[in-house]
Amino acid sequence: MAGRTFAEKALARAAGLPDARAGDILDVTPDLVFSHDNSAAIRRIFAQTGAPGVRFPDRVAITLDHAVPAPTTRHAENHAAIREWVRAQGIAHFFEVGRGICHQVIGEEGLALPGETILGADSHTTHFGWLGAFGAGVGRSEMAALWATGELWLRVPEAMRITLSGVPAPGVTAKDISLRILGDLRADGGLYRSVEFAGDTLGALSLDARATLPNMMAEFGAKNAYLPPDRAVLDYVDARARRPYTPLYPDDDAEYAVEVALDVAALEPQIALPGSPANVVPLSEVAGQPVQQAFLGTCTNGRLEDLRAAADVLRGRRVRVRLIVIPASAAVFEAAATDGTLAALVAAGAAIGTPGCGPCMGNHLGIPAPDEATISSANRNFRGRMGTPDAPIYLANPWVVAASAAAGQIADPREFLP
Amino acid sequence: MTATLHRCWVYGDDVNTDVIFPGKYTYTITDPAELAAHALEDLDPAFAEQVRPGDVIVAGRNWGCGSSREQAVGALKAAGVPVIIAASFSRIYFRNCINQGLLPVALPTLRDLVRAGDTIQIDRAAGQIVAAGRTFAIPPLSPSVQAILDAGGLIPMLRARFAGERAP
Ligand code: SF4
Repeated sequence: MAGRTFAEKALARAAGLPDARAGDILDVTPDLVFSHDNSAAIRRIFAQTGAPGVRFPDRVAITLDHAVPAPTTRHAENHAAIREWVRAQGIAHFFEVGRGICHQVIGEEGLALPGETILGADSHTTHFGWLGAFGAGVGRSEMAALWATGELWLRVPEAMRITLSGVPAPGVTAKDISLRILGDLRADGGLYRSVEFAGDTLGALSLDARATLPNMMAEFGAKNAYLPPDRAVLDYVDARARRPYTPLYPDDDAEYAVEVALDVAALEPQIALPGSPANVVPLSEVAGQPVQQAFLGTCTNGRLEDLRAAADVLRGRRVRVRLIVIPASAAVFEAAATDGTLAALVAAGAAIGTPGCGPCMGNHLGIPAPDEATISSANRNFRGRMGTPDAPIYLANPWVVAASAAAGQIADPREFLP
Repeated sequence: MTATLHRCWVYGDDVNTDVIFPGKYTYTITDPAELAAHALEDLDPAFAEQVRPGDVIVAGRNWGCGSSREQAVGALKAAGVPVIIAASFSRIYFRNCINQGLLPVALPTLRDLVRAGDTIQIDRAAGQIVAAGRTFAIPPLSPSVQAILDAGGLIPMLRARFAGERAP
């Protein structure tokens, strides 16, 4: 009998079954469900179900992060409706304006644990694979149903194994590995799949860097992504966990629909050209392209290591174009304020924003003008993503974003490092 | 005899939800008739003008990729489309179809066999589609997923369930 993939094991567990195979459709009871500023719209759908109330309020998290602090009266009304709902239903895990982006905060709070199943009303819920959890995005009606009943149907996905070998060079990060995978295998390369990472590169990546990989796999069509949690992850989790957990690992003889190997030692920084995160070229092909704005932040690359990378590039320099820095969470903000990272960025001319999504999807805090190009550490660069269809977005790692801010054009950070 | 006849609208690969239902309307339009009026607006303006209840979509690979917006299913449903047949569906679009009570059928070859305006025969009870002189089996759904479709979607199913729980 063939072994089981991570996805097969995780969803069997979430469905309370001894076993499951790819293709099975299961009713799963996730360990945590979450939503964000979209919670007021979900509440309106919930009302149509006739459910008496939220079934498991202790398993529900809500963050205010997508447009914070509220930029308009309408956004403020939306936030007010969500706060009222949280109080009325006794929702256990509510995070106010300024606490940070859902994916980052839920990990910091120990609310997503290895081996668990996490469903979020957000397509980047794949993020939780860095903790060895099964994280998948769902629609608003599905989140309403999860509030009402605590369960949802899921199809167990076929798995794809991506084996990474080698250690990335200085100035090259998990972002570049993700972009290269997207560039090589295209935007539907992981469609319907559980993308399960393996290989010696993983242990060489910091915890901050590891989160970037599964986060970016949402752009690959993946249902979920997974990194096997090692001692470093378990130590992080043990310092935060609020309930017992059991990590899950795929069997050695698990069946993968596709196997891919990538040697990352020789990789150079990568850039996604405007229009699609899968439209990827090596940095050297676009170096020198002028930009008018640089944005460092988001659930993909707004962690302490990312801010420190930018500070390393910018210490003793001034930016030539505006640089917007938004820490992914209050915890990141505080750590960067304490260790001198923020002071270095501000001294270089950066503008610092409230932890949250910032301009990632075009709400506020750094919307470009038409024809202004942005280089961004985010995960998406679809047309119009940052608010106006005529503003091109280049995606890159934090080192490249900082170097480009200093140069006023897309620049190789390796030229800025000591 | 439960077979019904359906006129086909035929489209290509990688049709994304932005062209099925433009993002600029997502926070302003909720009325079904208005949703239907903008269905496929940026792909085929003739669709919204000429679609008749019972018409079906026949498409290529990766139908419904991109944003997860549910209105990209709701607009077609409001236009009276009961079934979408595609070579493959994007994951969230497939789920949104089931959850809104619209049958998604994955058939790899049908798109190459029918042309816009052709009529096909669908027998949901027998699980069959007859098109271009051939018979195709509708891939069966699991009982729990079929139950959602039969109830008219996820929210109607829940409404019935909670109404039952409240009944004496
Ligand atoms: S930072 Fe961007 S990608 Fe991440 S949750 Fe916020 S809007 Fe989505």
